[in-house]
Amino acid sequence: MSKKILALALCLLLAATCFAGCGDGSSSQDGGSSSQGGAASEASQAQGDASAAEGAIKIGGTGPLTGGAAIYGNAAKNGAQIAVDEINALGGLQFELRYEDDVHDPEKAVTAYNTLKDWGMQVFLGSVTSKPAVATSTEANSDHIFFLTPSASSTDVLGGVENPLTETVEIERKDNIFQMCFVDPNQGSASAQYIYDQKLGEKVAVIYKNDDVYSTGIYNSFAAKAQELEIEIVSTTTFTDDTSTDFSVQIADAKDNGADLVFLPMYYEAASMILIQADSVGYKPQWFGVDGMDGILTLDGFDTALAEGVMLLTPFNADSDDEATSKFVSTYKEQFGDVPNQFAADSYDCVWSIYNALKDEEVASDISASDLCDKLIAKFTSSDFSYDGLTGENMTWDETGAVSKSPKGMVIKEGAYVGMD
Amino acid sequence: MKRLIIRKKSRKNFLTYGIVVAAYVALMAVMAAGAMPSAIQGLLVPMCAYIIAAVSLNLTVGVLGELSLGHAGFMSVGAFTGCTAAMALANSGMPSWGRMAAAVVVGSLLAAAAGALVGVPVLRLQGDYLAIVTLAFGEIIKTVVTNLYIGIDPQGLHFGFLKPDIGLGKGGKMIVNGPNGISGIEKISTLTAGFLIILLCLVVIFNLVDSRSGRAIMALRDNRIAAESVGINATKYKLMAFVLSAAMAGAAGALYALSQNTVTASKFDFNTSILILVFVVLGGLGNMLGSIVAATVLYILPETWLRQFSDYRMLIYAVVLIGMMLVTNSQKVRTLLGKLLPQKKTKEKEGQGDA
Repeated sequence: MSKKILALALCLLLAATCFAGCGDGSSSQDGGSSSQGGAASEASQAQGDASAAEGAIKIGGTGPLTGGAAIYGNAAKNGAQIAVDEINALGGLQFELRYEDDVHDPEKAVTAYNTLKDWGMQVFLGSVTSKPAVATSTEANSDHIFFLTPSASSTDVLGGVENPLTETVEIERKDNIFQMCFVDPNQGSASAQYIYDQKLGEKVAVIYKNDDVYSTGIYNSFAAKAQELEIEIVSTTTFTDDTSTDFSVQIADAKDNGADLVFLPMYYEAASMILIQADSVGYKPQWFGVDGMDGILTLDGFDTALAEGVMLLTPFNADSDDEATSKFVSTYKEQFGDVPNQFAADSYDCVWSIYNALKDEEVASDISASDLCDKLIAKFTSSDFSYDGLTGENMTWDETGAVSKSPKGMVIKEGAYVGMD
Repeated sequence: MKRLIIRKKSRKNFLTYGIVVAAYVALMAVMAAGAMPSAIQGLLVPMCAYIIAAVSLNLTVGVLGELSLGHAGFMSVGAFTGCTAAMALANSGMPSWGRMAAAVVVGSLLAAAAGALVGVPVLRLQGDYLAIVTLAFGEIIKTVVTNLYIGIDPQGLHFGFLKPDIGLGKGGKMIVNGPNGISGIEKISTLTAGFLIILLCLVVIFNLVDSRSGRAIMALRDNRIAAESVGINATKYKLMAFVLSAAMAGAAGALYALSQNTVTASKFDFNTSILILVFVVLGGLGNMLGSIVAATVLYILPETWLRQFSDYRMLIYAVVLIGMMLVTNSQKVRTLLGKLLPQKKTKEKEGQGDA
């Protein structure tokens, strides 16, 4: 009996490893490029080490560098690395960057954060994805280490946001936590406003992922704003992690209710499945996405023709003629062989904004994380501090920790993002 | 001769207790000296939770001889009910250890109830049905908790399913928030509590195994027909071991949840169940000390030492797993170990008799 159990258990383990292998398949192409990137960043890390001898401020970050969401973590890491290299080349204030893998899991993210703390991290770039960031922001708050996340957009990361149902603040505002990206509710209501202003659709359908903080956060605020603007939502359907491969029911529901615009507040993997399956049943509404849609064009094996005409709100446009953006894009392509997405741009902006906040101050490189945190909070919340970056101009922060900047509408034309305005 | 075996067995049990207590003392000493890196310090309480889960699964798989593939489901029940209890008591003025204990008790009771629910119909059957049903149970729990909303306001607890609007009044607080799970948990579980629960579980398991009921359970594992022919009530004894195992998994879940900032239902998925099963299989079926060591090593390793390999971390982890499987099952290595440690030899034989 025990042998049988052993055999069965080992079979299951083997099967589970196979599944894990499949899951990683989508990012394997990404893995290839990241190992390339790894070589580049090792080279730059060597630089970093050299400068560390003179004393550099240690910046840490956690993100999914392996696993299903690896595309985001690696993009953020690479973007931050470019910024650090540029800043170190200027002389003066020096930075040293280290990213740790959190596999998009809050538990692992806390360990990654603790590892960085042991390394002597002075400024924390937070976690790249929302769920882990909720955990690491609480830790960083109790340790008083400055936290500026490039892309974790949930309100739970910042805390201090009132739940409209109970009129109570459920998670206290964590005073040293700041975001570079839009907070989820802003994205949802901005999308609804955009659809209303541009008269993009008469009947709207929404498909969202109800076991995901990011997706439900955007959906809730979108639905509230849509009600206020009297946008007609004819179909609302959901999916979860386990059902994110078959969307026939959701698409049929949207189609049967005559929706001419479908809002997809989700990450790009699921969105790509929806586009493929809608195409196979000949359903061609206007698709509208959010910043998680960014990355769909570089997805392995995805026919970009299917994404033709998809609209999305994102703060970053890699095709922009803007000098800073084109320089960043060409450096990124050269070092990592990819077109950077919004995550890379956001983390690039994070590092530069921290540099801007510190450049006029007298900062010794061995300053304690807590003292540096006080300085940075004072600077970021002060009314005369603003930052112009790749993802927006005149970005400012207030005590709530949320950034104020305006989203850009993008539309996919011939396999590339084009600004809508 | 029989007495000799019993004495050896109890010697092994005391060795297990001794190692656990020594580990606790050593850890506390290192922490008091301030020499513990924070990366490891943060892993200790979850590690205790995984050890408890592994030991409890070993009771089902190693002692009872049934396969459970949904042990994370019982942890999930314990985590969410225990955490709800702890958060509901937050303003009661109870000290944090009291709330923690209450959470563990509530978590293990409800997990035991879930275990009974699954066990009563399924353990009457023969064959691998328990594996299939527990697998389904784990998935069902995950889906249910994903859609569950629990809040508290001055009027008391409110429950809701599928919709977040559960009629919370002003000043209310959402505890379980559907797909977002529980966030803003006060981290009240401590290493001491973790070790106490481990010891308690070991005492319960060792005494059960050495008791009349335990011998009945093992007789059922080894030969059901023979056991039933001498009048052992198969369902009763199987249920006893299985419900106990579920209760311990619930305690592990509550301990785990109270050591994290945020817990979601998706944390307790099939992969977690398999992870715990891997701890049990690699540690040796029926071997509690083995489960403890395997859970410790396999939980701590990928998060600390293997981090230096960055992108290749999980690849190396897989190699370590395969290596451990080969080593622990190879007769050559066993004989070699037996020659090196003559004392070990007798234990090894006894261990085989156990499994």
